[in-house]
Amino acid sequence: MNPFQNRRGIVVGAIVIVFAVIAFRLFQVQILNKEYRITAENNALKYETIYPARGRILDRNGEVIVDNKLSYDIMVTPYDVKEFDTLAFCRIFDLDTAFVKERFREYRLYRRKIGYQTLVFKRQVTGEQYNKFVEKSFLFPGFAGVPRTTRTYPFNAGGNLLGYISEVDANYIKEHPEYKSGDYVGKTGMEEAYEPQLRGEKGYNIYLRDAHNRIKEHYMDGEYDKEAVPGVDVTTTIDGALQAYGERLMKNKVGSLVAIEPGTGDILTMVSSPGIDVSQLSEINKYYKELVNDPYKPMYNRAVMSPQPPGSVFKLVNGLIGLQEGVLTPNTMYGCHRGYVVGGLRVGCHGHPSPINLYQSIMMSCNAYYCYVFRSILDNPKYGSVQEGFERWKSYTESFGFGRRLETDIPGEKAGTMPTSERYDRIHGKGRWKSISIISLSIGQGEIGCTPLHLANLAATIANRGFFYTPHLQKDTPEAPIDPRFKERHYTMVDTANFRHIVQGMELAINYTGGGATATVARIPGVIACGKTGTAQNPHGDDHSVFITFAPKDDPKIAVVAYVENGGFGATWAAPIASLLVEKYLKGEISPERKALEQRVLDGNLLHKVKVKKR
Amino acid sequence: MPETNYRKIDWITIGLYLALILFGWMNIFSSSVSEAGFVLSLKEKYVMDLIWMASAVALAILILFVIPSKVYPAISWPFYVLMVILLVAVAFVGVEVNGSKSWFALGPFRLQPAEFSKISTAILLASLMSKYDFRFSNPRDALRIAAVLAMPMLAILLEKETGSALVYLGFLIVCYREGMTGWLLVAGLLAIVFFIFTLIFSPFVAILILAGLAGVTAGFYAQHRILGTVATAAAVTLLAFLPRLMQNESLTFLTHFEPEVWAAILTGLVAAVLTVLFHLHRRLALRNLMLGFLAGLVLIFSVDFVFEHVLKEHQRARIEVLLGIKEDPMGVGYNVHQSLVAIGSGGFAGKGFLGGTQTRFDFVPEQSTDFIFCTVGEEWGLLGTLGVLILYMWLILRLIGLAEKQRDSFARIYGWCVAMCLLMHVVINICMTIGLMPVIGIPLPLISYGGSSLWAFTILLFIFLRLDLDGKSY
Repeated sequence: MNPFQNRRGIVVGAIVIVFAVIAFRLFQVQILNKEYRITAENNALKYETIYPARGRILDRNGEVIVDNKLSYDIMVTPYDVKEFDTLAFCRIFDLDTAFVKERFREYRLYRRKIGYQTLVFKRQVTGEQYNKFVEKSFLFPGFAGVPRTTRTYPFNAGGNLLGYISEVDANYIKEHPEYKSGDYVGKTGMEEAYEPQLRGEKGYNIYLRDAHNRIKEHYMDGEYDKEAVPGVDVTTTIDGALQAYGERLMKNKVGSLVAIEPGTGDILTMVSSPGIDVSQLSEINKYYKELVNDPYKPMYNRAVMSPQPPGSVFKLVNGLIGLQEGVLTPNTMYGCHRGYVVGGLRVGCHGHPSPINLYQSIMMSCNAYYCYVFRSILDNPKYGSVQEGFERWKSYTESFGFGRRLETDIPGEKAGTMPTSERYDRIHGKGRWKSISIISLSIGQGEIGCTPLHLANLAATIANRGFFYTPHLQKDTPEAPIDPRFKERHYTMVDTANFRHIVQGMELAINYTGGGATATVARIPGVIACGKTGTAQNPHGDDHSVFITFAPKDDPKIAVVAYVENGGFGATWAAPIASLLVEKYLKGEISPERKALEQRVLDGNLLHKVKVKKR
Repeated sequence: MPETNYRKIDWITIGLYLALILFGWMNIFSSSVSEAGFVLSLKEKYVMDLIWMASAVALAILILFVIPSKVYPAISWPFYVLMVILLVAVAFVGVEVNGSKSWFALGPFRLQPAEFSKISTAILLASLMSKYDFRFSNPRDALRIAAVLAMPMLAILLEKETGSALVYLGFLIVCYREGMTGWLLVAGLLAIVFFIFTLIFSPFVAILILAGLAGVTAGFYAQHRILGTVATAAAVTLLAFLPRLMQNESLTFLTHFEPEVWAAILTGLVAAVLTVLFHLHRRLALRNLMLGFLAGLVLIFSVDFVFEHVLKEHQRARIEVLLGIKEDPMGVGYNVHQSLVAIGSGGFAGKGFLGGTQTRFDFVPEQSTDFIFCTVGEEWGLLGTLGVLILYMWLILRLIGLAEKQRDSFARIYGWCVAMCLLMHVVINICMTIGLMPVIGIPLPLISYGGSSLWAFTILLFIFLRLDLDGKSY
């Protein structure tokens, strides 16, 4: 027989080993390794996202103030792009050829990474551009348009308050994994606060695709597709027309104008000036740099973010506390001769008759009067020490909402500042300070800081004679009820009866014709309005002009604060602005005798007075 | 000449053959059918494949029943020469497909002579080696066989069909079965191992391993027990501590020397030991061992040269990706990666006939020809791939078994040639699709789409079945 027959066994053995190795590898690849299955799904299933229409924002009267408009993103699949007429392409989209060249240089550079992916080439082209593109799309293989909704603003009002939406970035996705690249999210204002309602739910169509990213068929005939659920419309408490008017009044002034409906806490108007123009909102990316670098900080919502000393309007609070504490009656008389003088200290005042009672003190805004009131609150023998008296004063003040966030639905709301015993202990030594040491607080200066919203809330509280609703931007509707906490009354520690006297003083401040009233400029024909001026001292320049008001006196419909930085006396700018807003709201138009005042306000430009850091 | 007894046809082999081509057609259909479903058109691969299959079966019948088996030894030389001429000719006048010029175009059909030259080579090898005075120890005979193998391989390399040339190495296994020294195969395998080690790690590691191996072998051959044991122990210890040695920071000085220095030291040591042993024992094996060791060193130091200057860029890239030196899932690695994804996504039972997403939608290239195994893997899962593997192993082992039963040595050697051709194709193709070998484009026998390949394997197989039949008919 054949001498080498035993070699058959060796060869067969080797064959069996080789096949066993292959079988083991197959087991490893097909059973043990799960990664390949996932890659296969990613390879073959293409989820085409259907973006939902974002909810609209309506004003309190049902007018649409934020709407959607269809625009298109131009997508590109670099792999499929053939040579095309760059010039014609640029003409359609109004682009620079250098931009297109740079993009394609990048695509070439990262071609390995990009592979067959589709990328966004240009965002938010108009319907007109898109139509032109569609006509000629056969000239541009690899490009396609995807419909997206963008925001439009029928009212030119509320830029800061409405906020903007922008595409989520990598950091945002890391923190909010429910968002995917390409999604838009409300970044500020109402868009941010009501993101969950406005957002809606994305849907998708599932397609099978091949290696060239060509859609081959609808996966399982659409059985697993999901419809997009459009976002819910949100109704705001804002009055669109009033907001627009408020913004006109505040044009070229730095400051805030806030109006609240006292009976509900609805914010009717909230202006932060200078603000973002709504035309910039929809294309925020384009203007972002410009806005951020603007020395007047238009992105900054002063109404809730800028704590400032309240000035004389704070006298109202001290008056109320005095009445409640029993250290003051409406008929308490104090004398004032151009100020309050104790030892070496002097708090100046303007010339007015003396002595005066509580009503007159409000009407004429006497500083000395409130020094007396404040000292009698703190030095009340009822309390063992000034410190205890101060703590008592502080808890009264806090019951008005000062020194803390009101917990509104406005993003970025600041708490303001409220002095503490500890702070004064640090300044003056423990227990070594007296009421006279902190006398500035009597007239709303010193260590206290409150936002314009706090002051608007104060106006609403006085209008309500002792309580407030947390101010809010979402309107309570049967379809979308607001959080019950916005329907809760917050009572101050001052009894309703005591408010009567303060309201009386505020009425006189506007309507007393016998002379000495500080706010007669705010008088509105046919309406009894109540108000209080304030002139907040400002170490950096001209005083800030402050005015709070509500009207009508009985059953008030609107409470307003105007805070005009570097505007001088409260009566100079803040009182006219606030009263014009009240008049517009209550009467629908400005009476002829006040037209001149309105014109003065509209034409007024205080920007040159505001010191800004030039960059 | 007795009557051919057709009742003795080996139906099991024919059954395996039919099972493979029918299963092959299903996979070709699945990977090439469009959304429109079955369309009777010559443009569709699955229709063309039916034609190829029908003609292959006709060929099989012709060979099995009409052509007498005596013809094959008689025509071995002219057939072989004709095929070599065709192989050379096609490199000049052929149609270029995918970078290799290996096709003759005959109207709509294209024929690949490289597929058919396997038949002529197998017949000639069987004819030469079955001569009664043939001995591998006779240099004349050995050289003749080498030349017969080298001619078609060189011609095919000329066409840039590296894969098809590699298949011819399978005939060396037949030579081994017929008496060629096994050392040639061992040396070949070792050469591949050292090539890979040198590329992945460094020449240094490869030299250490080579020295260790030489030491162990020398130990076994040394009849001086103590010396042998010491040499073996030293070599094994050296090998065992190799990885640790490479990591240990205090021993980094080891790698500070150039590999050449180490080579000199080790070569000197091993050569000295071997020389001493050789002088003590005068054994031929020790001389061969020393020669082998030196050959190994030459190989290790020529790896870089071969890699950089002999291999083509695409071959370099494929080897680098296979060895994990470079990752490149979108480039050269794309095929292998997508192939693995397709096979891996099949899981245990697969996605079902026509259910594959990866293979149907062009993620895998060449999915009806070289990468048809991906369709099997994706749609039929592990059950399918192991099933196919078992069918092949069964067929190959059955062919070996049948070959060994032949009383006529021409039939035996030819049978072995058929089995080894199949083996090389199957192993290279499947290993390529599952990332065990670099991408080498050769078809999966009887399953891949392609008329030349199907015809060639049908002819190869059925000539052997006819030989078998005639052998049983005495």
